[in-house]
Amino acid sequence: MRNYFLSRLGYMLVTLLIIVTATFFFMQLLPGTPFNNPEKLTEQQLLSLNEKYGLDKPIALQYFIYLGNLLQFDLGLSFQYEGRTVESIIGSRIGPSALIGLQAVVFGTAAGLLLGMISALKHNSFLDYTSVFIAVLGMSVPSFVFAALMQYYLGVKLQWLPAALWRGWEYTIMPSLALSVMVIATVARFIRTEMLEVLGQDYVVTARAKGLTEKAVIVKHVVRNALIPVVTMLGPLTVGIMTGTLVIEKIFAVPGLGEQFTLSIMVNDYSVIMGITLFYSSLFILVVMIVDILYGVLDPRISLKGEG
Amino acid sequence: MEKILSVENLHVSFYSDGGEIAAVRGVSFDVNKGETLAIVGESGSGKSVTAKTLMKLLPKQNSIIKQGDVKYGGKNLVQLTNRDMEKLRGSEISMVFQDPMTSLNPTMTIGKQVMEGLKRHRTMSKKTAYTRTVELLELVGIPDPGERINQYPHQFSGGMRQRVVIAMALACNPKMLIADEPTTALDVTIQAQILELMKELQKKFQTAIILITHDLGVVANMAQRVAVMYAGEIMESGTLDEIFYQPKHPYTWGLLSSMPKLHADRSLPLTPIPGTPPDLSHLPEGCPFAPRCQYALKVCHQYEPGKTKVSTTHTVSCWLEDERAPKVKKPEGIGGMQRGRQSKIAGS
Ligand SMILES: Nc1ncnc2c1ncn2[C@@H]1O[C@H](COP(=O)(O)OP(=O)(O)O)[C@@H](O)[C@H]1O
Ligand code: SF4
Ligand SMILES: [Mg+2]
Repeated sequence: MRNYFLSRLGYMLVTLLIIVTATFFFMQLLPGTPFNNPEKLTEQQLLSLNEKYGLDKPIALQYFIYLGNLLQFDLGLSFQYEGRTVESIIGSRIGPSALIGLQAVVFGTAAGLLLGMISALKHNSFLDYTSVFIAVLGMSVPSFVFAALMQYYLGVKLQWLPAALWRGWEYTIMPSLALSVMVIATVARFIRTEMLEVLGQDYVVTARAKGLTEKAVIVKHVVRNALIPVVTMLGPLTVGIMTGTLVIEKIFAVPGLGEQFTLSIMVNDYSVIMGITLFYSSLFILVVMIVDILYGVLDPRISLKGEG
Repeated sequence: MEKILSVENLHVSFYSDGGEIAAVRGVSFDVNKGETLAIVGESGSGKSVTAKTLMKLLPKQNSIIKQGDVKYGGKNLVQLTNRDMEKLRGSEISMVFQDPMTSLNPTMTIGKQVMEGLKRHRTMSKKTAYTRTVELLELVGIPDPGERINQYPHQFSGGMRQRVVIAMALACNPKMLIADEPTTALDVTIQAQILELMKELQKKFQTAIILITHDLGVVANMAQRVAVMYAGEIMESGTLDEIFYQPKHPYTWGLLSSMPKLHADRSLPLTPIPGTPPDLSHLPEGCPFAPRCQYALKVCHQYEPGKTKVSTTHTVSCWLEDERAPKVKKPEGIGGMQRGRQSKIAGS
């Protein structure tokens, strides 16, 4: 068990290193400079700024300096916000994103499970077709379309919910809902397929042959076994939420990490872009590891000892 | 003999894109207390559908019991509500399935799976249920039951899993056990052990068994009475001796001669019945076996034969039994010899 975790940790670090390296060198390809109004800077000012941020050194050296700082959890200074560290920027922005992201995952998963399970239990009925239609719609229409529609109808026309900004819990509702559409659709489709698969298994017939009530068969044998693989959806869902927040936060003017990320890309704030990318990657890698561990706990056929 | 189950004129169909599949067509038989009735026939002849109909475990979406009665303990199971049927399943009538690799829930301990039935049908404390489960596992020959009870199916071999399934089926002391090819998926030696176990438990608890198989060797070893099924119908039924020594139906002859014989020359190939069973959604007119039957008469292709009673226990559906039919001698070498396999299985 310990060996397993150690080797997993090793893989995680290697993955992160690859991501750092790739992001670092791709960043060099971004057009423009990270400084405000570069055209107004004199040659001399530019040189001193480059020196201040270490941009005058060779790329390879810059890379190793970055790695060295990273080992001390130092993500560097922002170009855009004078004197602020990248860590403090991420720290001040993560709250709203985490809140709407979590709300979207929790609500979306619950709604998706409900929709998908009803769909599977009423296979080939009108209800099933309706929920499949909703799922396909939710997966193929980008979330910003729902966001814009909601903002216009619920926010502007009906004025049921605040159309934008961040001044209390009611401001989180629409961004969370917009993000959750994708979650609902993905989870619904996934659990429906899993349930149908399990419903066709021999052991479900065995359970019925024992005389269990239909409810007991569904709850104890079908749902339990269909739910286990759903944890594997956590990885893709995290990615979906992260990319979703980039646009959703912009639309609803949520002061979150996604909004900061798009902003930083716009102004070439190298260190913040790097920092947020690393943060997103670490989060994803962490989730993938949690999923693996969770799967091992939930499914007795998988033993963590035997791996790695 | 006390009759405990009686099936009368059962018709079961499936509906698919290709139309109606008439899987069971007019099946009738009785089962007596403590005896074993074997249902034999090639794959696709409707044995499993018959078994599932008795338990009412057919898929609801596409199947229908079109006609017939299944009488058990003064009730007609065909008419029973779902809820009443649930009370009967596992407590009065149990089932053992073909593939022990798939018939157990992979994410539930075997102890829980055995206990589930007990708790459903008997009021007992958790502790009593646990003790009783350990006893049951011991009864079916699982070593270390106290420890094994908390393990998962993947930690058991195929034979051991089938023992678990049998323990599950017998948990509430049912009057009747339906075993659908219980040993087909197992190695020959394990097969013999499982059959021995079933016989032993049957003696102990006086359970009636419907044993479904396509292996006549298993039949010879286990059954007192035999029903031969083909294309959804029972072609011939009788006592073990009647079916093995005085078979009347060409299909039974075919099955018997395709069975390995202990004393025969092993180098000779087995002679399976040529041809394939008919498409159940487009049955030919007349006797369903006619296209494959080397004794077929003209009438066989036009009209289905009626049932002829050869003795009080022996019934055949074949035109050859009609008094106007030419006398046909059953082929050489069929009957008698096959029972030699019995000692082989019991002794292996
Ligand atoms: N769920 C089902 N849907 C449609 N047809 C089925 C279903 N189950 C069985 N059948 C049909 O019923 C016939 C008899 O099947 P079965 O009873 O399983 O045969 P066997 O004698 O091998 O157990 C087969 O031809 C099969 O096509
Ligand atoms: S009725 Fe005719 S075709 Fe059918 S088994 Fe008898 S002889 Fe053969
Ligand atoms: Mg079968």
